[in-house]
Amino acid sequence: MEEILEQYSFDFNGAAPTIVAESRDELRITLGEFAGPLDLLLYLIRKEQANIFDIPIAKITNQYVLYIRLMKKLDFAVAADFIVMAATLIEIKSKMLLPREPSEESDEEIDDPRQELVDRLLEYEQYKSAAQMLYERTTVEQAIFQRGKIETDENNAEINASVFDLLNVFQKIVARHKDEVQMEIHREEISLADMMKNLKRRLFEFKELSVLAFFEEMHTKRELVTAFVAVLEIARAEGVRLTQSSTFADIILRTS
Amino acid sequence: METETETEIDIEIEPVIEKKSLRSPGELVAVVEALIFVADEPISAKLIAEILEEDRESISAAIDNLREEYEGRESGLQIREIAGGFQIATRTELHEDVRKFLKTRPSAKLSLASLETLAVIAYKQPVTVPEILEIRGVQSASAIKTLLEKRLIVTKGHKETVGRPMQYGTSKDFLIQFGLNDLSELPSIEDFEDLVG
Repeated sequence: MEEILEQYSFDFNGAAPTIVAESRDELRITLGEFAGPLDLLLYLIRKEQANIFDIPIAKITNQYVLYIRLMKKLDFAVAADFIVMAATLIEIKSKMLLPREPSEESDEEIDDPRQELVDRLLEYEQYKSAAQMLYERTTVEQAIFQRGKIETDENNAEINASVFDLLNVFQKIVARHKDEVQMEIHREEISLADMMKNLKRRLFEFKELSVLAFFEEMHTKRELVTAFVAVLEIARAEGVRLTQSSTFADIILRTS
Repeated sequence: METETETEIDIEIEPVIEKKSLRSPGELVAVVEALIFVADEPISAKLIAEILEEDRESISAAIDNLREEYEGRESGLQIREIAGGFQIATRTELHEDVRKFLKTRPSAKLSLASLETLAVIAYKQPVTVPEILEIRGVQSASAIKTLLEKRLIVTKGHKETVGRPMQYGTSKDFLIQFGLNDLSELPSIEDFEDLVG
């Protein structure tokens, strides 16, 4: 299965998977140059030289699903939107497979299940063309140069900064530092031995102890688990009795 | 310089006193050229008129003269009307030699996803993230982040609907970078219909 998919990858848009740096902290792998599910769909329709108003839905759906299976392995976040479209395609396909009521035949044009998708594709295609226009404009703009910046007090940061600006920056750094501290996650590390020691001390002091109350003192899941194991361990090793007055009632630890 | 566009809303109720200009037409063209040259951003005729204490008509006439003069002698420079102001820039045809001197390469282009998102925002503004998703069929979060970082788009307040989503629109930098005087210069979105098929 894997090999078939790998081979298929070379058929799409004539492009091999590439790594694209969108921003400093984001690397993503794309297959070819599809900006979204509608883009891919348009490409597949073109490749089949199909009429956009009469999409061969079964054929296109199959190809589409094949493509996103390959893509899912590479880029999960983007794949989600592509999968939504796959579901839509399959829904349309299944609707088209259902036999029509003979009485409805007269107005079949009206409820073509593909209509909504066609409308979306046409609208999308307009914006795709607009994007192309913007791209061409930037290309032209990049051939035009203005003079470089003239140094004035306004745009020279070195001169422009006052003591207040410095204070401002300092306060920002302090604030950021505070935020960082708040973000720190403390890992509660209470050992089983400590927990048992604590439990034993309390038990010998008060002779009996509500397990429920003891568990409620715990703040984190990790503490709770440790507390639970400590109770089990003490009941096993120290000859402490566990009593319960009725089913689901509180369990009391008692020294024997 | 940023506030300049905002003050443009002011209704001009200038007293109709005939101000006698101290400058000859030639001198006016020269000083207008100097101001356009030093301005970091496209400078509006209104701002030039305010600084020089001249009326708008003579400034507009001076700018027209300047443009004709540049074109007449096939200057390497051109006067461009952009983002509601005027700018002196090199002519497109000279880009190879200019680039050779500046030792620059064309800067990184926007990704396909960013360009599409920008197109939707430019034509549908103010527009929310869910509305962009509706058209593009794909999440546009990272594209919007890129466009905000490049200052091509700005936030335009919340939409008064469920969840009060943030609305986005294009910025003045968008006009400058795409060589537009204002948004009406964008070809209408319906014109792109011809390309479908």
